[in-house]
Amino acid sequence: MSEATAPELNLPATPMPRLPSWLRARPELALTPLVFVVVLGLWQAVVSLGLVSQYVLPAPSNIGLALFEGLTSGLFVQHGLVTLGEAASGFAIAVTAGLVIATLVAEIRLLERAVYPYLVMLQTMPKIALAPLLVVWFGFGSSSKVAVAAIISFFPMLVTTLAGMRATDKGRLDVLRALGAGPIRCFALAKLPDALPHIFSGLSIAVVFCMTGAIVGEFVGASAGLGYLIVQANARMNIPQVFAILLALGAIGVAGYALVQGLRRRLLFWEPKQEMSRP
Amino acid sequence: MMATPLIAVRELSKVYPTAKGERVQALSRINLEIGQGEFVSLVGPSGCGKTTVLRILAGLIADYTGDVSVSGKALHGPSREVGVVFQDANLMPWRTALANVMLPAEVLGLNRRLARARAQELLGMVGLEGFERKLPGELSGGMRQRVAIARALIHDPAVLLLDEPFGALDAMTRDTMNVELAAIAARSKKTVFLITHSIAEAVFLSDRVLVMSSRPGRIVEVIPVALPRPRGLDIIADPAFAATVLRIRRLLDGDTASALPSIAH
Repeated sequence: MSEATAPELNLPATPMPRLPSWLRARPELALTPLVFVVVLGLWQAVVSLGLVSQYVLPAPSNIGLALFEGLTSGLFVQHGLVTLGEAASGFAIAVTAGLVIATLVAEIRLLERAVYPYLVMLQTMPKIALAPLLVVWFGFGSSSKVAVAAIISFFPMLVTTLAGMRATDKGRLDVLRALGAGPIRCFALAKLPDALPHIFSGLSIAVVFCMTGAIVGEFVGASAGLGYLIVQANARMNIPQVFAILLALGAIGVAGYALVQGLRRRLLFWEPKQEMSRP
Repeated sequence: MMATPLIAVRELSKVYPTAKGERVQALSRINLEIGQGEFVSLVGPSGCGKTTVLRILAGLIADYTGDVSVSGKALHGPSREVGVVFQDANLMPWRTALANVMLPAEVLGLNRRLARARAQELLGMVGLEGFERKLPGELSGGMRQRVAIARALIHDPAVLLLDEPFGALDAMTRDTMNVELAAIAARSKKTVFLITHSIAEAVFLSDRVLVMSSRPGRIVEVIPVALPRPRGLDIIADPAFAATVLRIRRLLDGDTASALPSIAH
């Protein structure tokens, strides 16, 4: 700091380049793209120099080409829509079931005592391991993928909503109870809005998990979808296409996450600003 | 001393079961009467059960013994005749100041348009005109408590119950709020029952101060405050004010001394 404010007259030999103010305030705006360019450059160099086989690690240029081809031929869009549909259906089922079951468990003490141990047990189980079983139960069509997506997204929704319902501010409930408000009023006017920050944490996990579920379901057995396409490309050693699909999946994931965050900002307008960026 | 007390509590006792299955006598045979338009405070050491008394009057605690009536009617759960202000403002952070004040009207199913006009008026009375659209997060602690007071008055209850409403505020804000509370009580002609552990606050605001002792919580003395109204902050220089504060202080000190061995057991 002290050097920056020193009179420049005394330092004519080494004039420091003055950075624009936005860059000094937020250096990550330049650093993040810089890291991207450097890593990509090194990657391209390593592959072009023949240090790594093209089959193991395709050059970024080839991946870019595969992505372009996949998008323009309509292949990625066609299969992407299949995966997106499965993931979205699974997400919708998970969110609805998670909200309803968490609310019932939180509101009904007896139900909590009856089912909570099982919920904890199920939660500790890797749900992905159910994928082959679900394909047997629901068939090779899209319903088995919806089921996998729903099951792995359901638990984060359930657990976060339950935590939210339990985090209700007791003082606000006292205000409502002193007015003679019943359980439904208490839920709608205090518990639900108070649980929203937790519910949104669940939504941002579920929106990512539902894509994972759909892809894993397609890995196990499918005839369409980006997961199916990955397995196909892998078998044909079309590694650039595998990477290109991964990029497409990443873009879908980011879009889903951004959608949830946008909704959060809209619905949780009362939240302090710094808490918004919390995933 | 009065024909039909607005609040009448007779032989009120309350026992809390502890986790170990023991029984703790929180309140023992409390008797009190508060007349229409009277401002009565309840002072006592922490944990003496003063908040329990208020929560019973607010209808938030049901398993007590004794008789409690408000406006001549036996109390069974929360009553519309009662408005409560808690230690924390307990505002809904997602509602504007105006919507927070209107909350009781919504719960009680009152006419929305009338409630809105009255909420606006009440916010003006507590000095928050122009803050109707602000969220609680944009208001100071004192302002939030003013909103809570306006909210407690929206359904025009006969009684205002205040549970250490300014306990979380700094000393300066607290003084200001006390002066305003006295004005609000006088203007709205409400009967006010205030729980506090500040003796000066109780004397400054009240017509009578009930002094409670702990373990078990009981009322040991009723001190009338013979100071003229309206009272300004300079009343603390009045010898009668100082004498009343000192009298209550002595009662509480005596209690703390005698209560210590039983706390230590």
